[in-house]
Order: sequence, then C-alpha cells, then structure tokens
Amino acid sequence: MMELEQKSASPTFFKKHQESFYKSLEDKHTTLEFEDSDDPLNSRMVLNMGPSHPATHGVLRLLLQLNGETIEKAKLDLGYLHRGVEKIAENKTYQEFMPYTDRMDYLSPYSNNVALCLAVEKLADVEVPERAQYIRMIGAELARISAHLLWLGTMVMDSGAISFFIWTFREREKIYDIMDQLAGHRFTVSHARIGGVANDITDDAMALIKEFVQTFPKELKGFHSMLDRNRIFVDRNVDVGVVSTEKAIDLGATGPILRGSGYAYDIRRFEPYLKYDEMDFEIPTRLEGDNLARYYVRMEEMHESIRILRQCLDRLPKGPIRANDAKQAYPSKDEVYYSMEGMIHDFMMTDTGICPPEGAEVYHAVEAPKGELGYFIQSDGTGHPWRLKVNAPSFRNLQVLEHSLEGASISDTVLIIGSIDPVMGEADK
Amino acid sequence: MSNQKLHNDVYSDILAFVEYERGVTHPISVYRSTSDLTLVVPRDLLIETLTKLKEEHHFIYLVDIVGTDRFVEGDRFEILYNLIDLKQGRRLVVKTLANEDTPIVPSASAIWTNASWHEREIFDMYGVHFTEHPDLRRVYLPEDFEYYPLRKEFPLLGIPGSIDLPTSTPDQEASS
Repeated sequence: MMELEQKSASPTFFKKHQESFYKSLEDKHTTLEFEDSDDPLNSRMVLNMGPSHPATHGVLRLLLQLNGETIEKAKLDLGYLHRGVEKIAENKTYQEFMPYTDRMDYLSPYSNNVALCLAVEKLADVEVPERAQYIRMIGAELARISAHLLWLGTMVMDSGAISFFIWTFREREKIYDIMDQLAGHRFTVSHARIGGVANDITDDAMALIKEFVQTFPKELKGFHSMLDRNRIFVDRNVDVGVVSTEKAIDLGATGPILRGSGYAYDIRRFEPYLKYDEMDFEIPTRLEGDNLARYYVRMEEMHESIRILRQCLDRLPKGPIRANDAKQAYPSKDEVYYSMEGMIHDFMMTDTGICPPEGAEVYHAVEAPKGELGYFIQSDGTGHPWRLKVNAPSFRNLQVLEHSLEGASISDTVLIIGSIDPVMGEADK
Repeated sequence: MSNQKLHNDVYSDILAFVEYERGVTHPISVYRSTSDLTLVVPRDLLIETLTKLKEEHHFIYLVDIVGTDRFVEGDRFEILYNLIDLKQGRRLVVKTLANEDTPIVPSASAIWTNASWHEREIFDMYGVHFTEHPDLRRVYLPEDFEYYPLRKEFPLLGIPGSIDLPTSTPDQEASS
C-alpha cells in the first residue's frame, strides 16, 4: 500500500491518469489487502513495465503487482499509439481510408485492406471479379505467413535464441520482395481497391510466389525440427500462460489464442468470404491452451496457408481485376488517360467515392493473422462513413493477456506477451 | 455477397422469443440491414434479454460492442452488441439506445467478461457510462482528457491545450 501511494504521487505527467491506473490495481479484487505484518520480507511490489520496453512488442504498458516472483494482479495500459483512426475514417472517403488500415496491423497490411474492401463491398453491394478475389486471397495468405514469421522470430528470441530471428526475417524478406512486385510497395501495400485490386499479378511476381511456395515448406520443416524437440524451448513454453476453452470464449479470445485453447473458430470457415469455401484446408487446433499449443497452431497455420496458396495458383482464373462499373470502382488507368469519361469517373471516385445506401449497416469480418478482424460501418448515404468501427483482434487478445498473467511467474511475462502476439498499432487504433 | 445465411429460419427461435416478449411487456423491434439480424431492445430490458440470449440461445461469445453517435436529440447514442452463437454458427446484433442527457446503460460485463474493455472504449470515446462496471476507466486516452473524441461535435483537429504535454525536451532532461 505504501509503495502504491509513493508511486502514484511521483508522476507529474498525466497525473490523474497515473493515479487512476495505479488505483485500479488496488480496486480489482477488493478482498485482497496488503498488510505489512503479513509481509515482513517486503516481497510485494508493483512493477511498471513499458511502454517502451523491448519485450512488449510495441508500446504496451503493464502494471504488475508482484508477490515475490508471482504476479498477483496485472493491469494493462493501452493508448500510447492511439491515433484516432475511427475519427479520421469519418472524414475520409472509403478508398481514402485504406492507407490508414495498412498502419493498423502493420505486420499484415494486406489482410487489413481486404477486410475494409469486403465490408464496403458488402455495404454497397459491389460484385468483385473472380480473379481479383483470388489475388486477394494470395495476398492475404502471404500476409499471414509474414505475420506469423515475425511472431515466430520474436517469440523464440523471447525464449532466449537470438539468431532464430534472423532466419525468420530472411523468409519475411522474400515475402516483402513478392509484395514489392505484386503491389508496388514492400510494407504498407494498399493493394486492394473497392471493387477489385489495384493491378494484376505480373509475371515476375508470379514467379516469385511460385518459388516461395516451393521453398518455404522446407524452411518451415527446418524451423519445426529446430524447435519441436528443443528442450529449452519446450520447457520454457509448456504449461505457461494457460487459457482454458471456457475462459477463452468468456474473455473473447480470437484467432490462434482461441484455437490454441481448443475451439476451432476461424472466420474462413465460419462465415466464408472470398473463395475460401472452395478451398481445401484444415483449421489447426490444440487443446492445451498454453504457449506451446499456440506455437503449434501458428506453425500449422503457415503450413495451411501454403496449401491455400498452391490451390489459388492452380485455379487462378483469367479475367478482369476490378468491377467494371464507374459508380462502384475506379476505372483502369488506360481509361483515365485515354478517354474523357474515364477521367471524369476517376475524378468522381476520388472526390465523392462510392456512396452506399443511406442507413445501411454492415459488419464484415476476415480471419487476419491475429484473429477476427471486423469492420462495422454505418452509412449516411454520402461518400464518407457515418461510423466506422474496427474490431481489432489484438485489442481482444490483450484483454485475455490481462487475465492470463495473473498467477504467472514474472520470468514468463515476456513469453506470454510473445505468444499472445499483440500489434499495438491495431489494438490502440 | 449472397452466400451469407440470409434466411429467417436460422433465426426462427430468436424471432419467436421477440414475438413472445412483444406480447408481454415492451416492444423489441427487429430489422436486418445487410445480413445479420438486429434486435432493438429498450434499455430497461437489455440485461434480461442479453442474459436470455446467452443462456437459452447459446450466444456465449461476445465479439464486439460498438458505440455510435446518431447526433440527434433524445436517444443520441447507440450501443450495439455483436454476438455469436457457437452452436448454430450464427451472428446476432442487439442494439440499445442511450440518452444524451443521461447516457447511462447497464453493463454487460457480468454476462461476458470481455464486455469490460469494449465498454471502457465506448466510455472513452462517447462518454456513455455503464452501471455496475467493475473498472470504468478510459482505455486509450489519459484520464486527464476531458472530452469525448468520437462525438460528432468534437473537431477533427482536436482541441488545443486539451492534453497536458511535457514542458521539457529530452535533451534538457538529460543535461539537468
């Protein structure tokens, strides 16, 4: 109690915020009280971790109340990366908002683009050509592998092996090269467009994707053989950060956290979008709910992504890549440069954009690498959304983290954060 | 996007439940915009309805709670609960309204634990209070911030001076 008061008195910056943050720790379980006589060794303390701590994967701040090495209570402080994208969205056209989605879950920008496009297309009833849907699937699955590779590298680094990070980044680099060829950007791709995609797959991009699909499974096998029976890695992760199935559902866990806890909930199967209903793939699931289970789930997801990529490449149909309707999608650059109508339509799309019917509401979710990424949009009939809400999987999984840290050891904190795999850009919006 | 489950028979039990409720007490209205069925529930029936949906209709998974600002007098704010029935694989939206003068809504965090953070977010962005919430603090913005940024009257550029910024630069701190 003394320590809490001392700590809450010291900060001068955002005073009220710090006070209520520290106070929340005391209030969380009112039955627990500090008594100095119980604690002659003074082993209880409050540890402030972050917001700029190398192991919190961004600007996550944790407040941990410790008893010796055990975490008694944990509180998370978000908002260090809050940019108010939902407010920005209300002042932009639907297409103008797309670059902002790249910067939400910046580890898999492609999935975010696709999620926004699908929500707007459902709202405005836009039909997307088949080829564009396949290109989107290819992009989204590559993004999943890329995001999972970053998770793998950092999580293994969190458990002590630094060089592993370099190997997963070598593979990620290949995906960046593919994105460069596919979308024209390596990192923030903004490749999807409402009504289709920006440009078709070039032959160079196709060759790179085919090569990646050929070589990556071998690398993945290498990662497996290095970690699956690695004594240190397994001992550090088994039975750590356990979330039971009931708890995962009650806490609203999503993505690999929920699947690692034994519930096969995957939007690609639950509410199939794009062409996922025609694809043959499994939903990896584990029952244990610990870090190791989440490791296996993500590793197998990468394997399934390669399977989906192979099927996409086999079935990729020929045809247009964007809806051919000037009221619904941008015209192609050929039209813009060589016809008056094309230029007018391009101008109208940029100035006003697509106008969904007044009063329409939509919720559309996709399975992003972190879990269910949903966009809720309310339209007022203009080119700007009246309300756009992002249902960010990292935000939901961080709430699971707050609960699952309780009772854990302080030395496992970093690993549990690593296995939850939050992206603060998305959680903080 | 016609491959969604658009048929009413998926929701027949929910519609029967709404009909029953309509006959007995308050009106619960139903509409469907793009795909998911939406129930508009009066505030005083909210917790009862949500509990019933969870316990009798298996909506055990809360996906999201959305707040919106309709920018009208009276019932200005909308709170939408996005629920999933994991048994039958269907989605349902429950909507309730909050008044502008007394924006108070009962908290659903006793029904689904994860409602807690979503309600904190709505409190942060719209200033809607949730009664019997275990820990109603702002989730993104500092407590020192006095405005609710997603309300329509809040300017896009923000309000100058509304956030207390450090007076010193890192260089000054290093030298002192």
